[in-house]
Amino acid sequence: MPEINWTALVIFVLLFGLITWLGFAAARWRKGDLDLLHEWGLGGRRFGTVVTWFLVGGDVYTAYTFVAVPALAFGAGAVAFFAVPYTILIYPLLFLVFPRLWNVCHKHGYITAADFVRGRFGNRWLALAVTITGIVATLPYIALQLVGIQVVVGALGVTGNGLAADLPLVIAFGVLAAFTYSSGLRAPASIAIVKDILIYIATFAIIIVVPLKLGGFGKIFAAVPAGKVLLAVPGDHTTGAYSAYATLALGSALALFLYPHSMTAILSANSGHAIRRNAAILPGYSFMLGLLAMIGLFVIAAGIADMPAYAHGFKQYGSNFAVPALVLHIFPSWFVGVVFAAIAIGALVPAAIMSIAVANLYTRNIHREFINPNPTDKQEAQMAKWVSMVAKLGALIFILFVPTKFAIELQLLGGIWIIQTLPAVMLGAYTRWFNDWALLCGWAAGTIAGTLMAVASKLTPTFALTLGGHTFPGYSALYTVVLNLVIAAVLTPLLNGMRSGRAPIDATAPADYLAE
Amino acid sequence: MKDAQKKEKASWWYLLFVLQFLVILWPPFYNKMTPALIGLPFFYWFQLLWVIVSAVFTAVVYWATRG
Repeated sequence: MPEINWTALVIFVLLFGLITWLGFAAARWRKGDLDLLHEWGLGGRRFGTVVTWFLVGGDVYTAYTFVAVPALAFGAGAVAFFAVPYTILIYPLLFLVFPRLWNVCHKHGYITAADFVRGRFGNRWLALAVTITGIVATLPYIALQLVGIQVVVGALGVTGNGLAADLPLVIAFGVLAAFTYSSGLRAPASIAIVKDILIYIATFAIIIVVPLKLGGFGKIFAAVPAGKVLLAVPGDHTTGAYSAYATLALGSALALFLYPHSMTAILSANSGHAIRRNAAILPGYSFMLGLLAMIGLFVIAAGIADMPAYAHGFKQYGSNFAVPALVLHIFPSWFVGVVFAAIAIGALVPAAIMSIAVANLYTRNIHREFINPNPTDKQEAQMAKWVSMVAKLGALIFILFVPTKFAIELQLLGGIWIIQTLPAVMLGAYTRWFNDWALLCGWAAGTIAGTLMAVASKLTPTFALTLGGHTFPGYSALYTVVLNLVIAAVLTPLLNGMRSGRAPIDATAPADYLAE
Repeated sequence: MKDAQKKEKASWWYLLFVLQFLVILWPPFYNKMTPALIGLPFFYWFQLLWVIVSAVFTAVVYWATRG
């Protein structure tokens, strides 16, 4: 059993205390009436370029990313680097589509993607499909953030039996729930700044210190088995690892900004221009993510997995222990505290944004649409605060009582499900051509096919699509969103014909999508 | 939709995005060990470099399509 690393633990607790204070103090930052939903849940749409950068960064590059991407590299090698093309692809999408969405949402007071779909297509059932997909895809994501905290707390040597073992996690989540309730989106926005500074320091320290200790990048890569350094060259009649790599990158990129928490961060910007500027400066994070993926290979080269000191950690957390083990191995205790605090805080930021996003969705698109259509502003904000609590509590219970494996698998399915909202949300930002019921049919077909593909490939992301004797292994999400689009496109003229005479409903006007 | 096209006209600068996509979505192009840079195989340093190139492209498109 590992012993408690007291120096690291003290630093960890101090930093955690700092951000707790910051989370509560954030309520007074750019002060607004927190009894209004757009103030609590979108920070009053007042965040400029810099805060938006930290907020979106906190959203996209989560604690789970910092643990799981290097863990994938450690376990599977070069394929983990798909995270780099993925982050290269997301920013042109952000640049092109989201300023339009920001404009129309600002104009009409929409705070969720489902709000927009409801207005654009005038179909409450299509909006409900977008809402439920968003909520279901986000919940396991919140749970996964907890895994990041669990791993670093375990690595600090804090262990116990039964309830005591889970106590640190329960405390962390109690803190998170309390400041999210009181400060809304302002809390993660302010904490994201601290978190990112810590994460940048940690990453650059690792990327400089490890090669120095191991004798340079050349030696590191020479020590990694050849099969893990590059992608496997495909054999005959298959596109092999190449198509898997490219489709994983593209599919993940298309899915990312459809997640409710991404939408929340984007809509909280103060202008479409702030979003465009961010598309150019957010790649700062992508670069760091690339460095992090390489850290997984450093762990292999350093031979840490075979050291008895870390055997217990690897046994308990699997390859997710790769980064904590490396940090424990090379850094003095006080810096271990800093890095682990960065990872734990990195879990709280996205978890807070995600729970706010779920709360916004439930409050606006389920409660107001189907249960109480005329809430007062205060009732609406109060409802959202409670729902954010429930969402976090659900995630906590899930992670305490259900094996981590299920959260990971559900998160994988979540990516396949959320991408099915692409035609209504992203293409909807450009055109009202699609018939709303056709979009709903496409969504249903894509969701069902994607789920079946994921099950057929034993809950791994890549499905081996076979056409005319050739195999194209690729990301199920991408394959099924194509199916979704084809169905929506084919059914649109048919269903439009059936509703002949009636003009399609659209609460938005073309000018609403452009900057004022 | 037609009004929108009038006001927000497509720009040739957006082709930079297409270039950015095509290169990174074609792994055979960069799945190589050599040339290495400070010990990093081509696969790794090229993709990291492409992150920076993409950021520059996006900045160029931002300035070129502004206003």
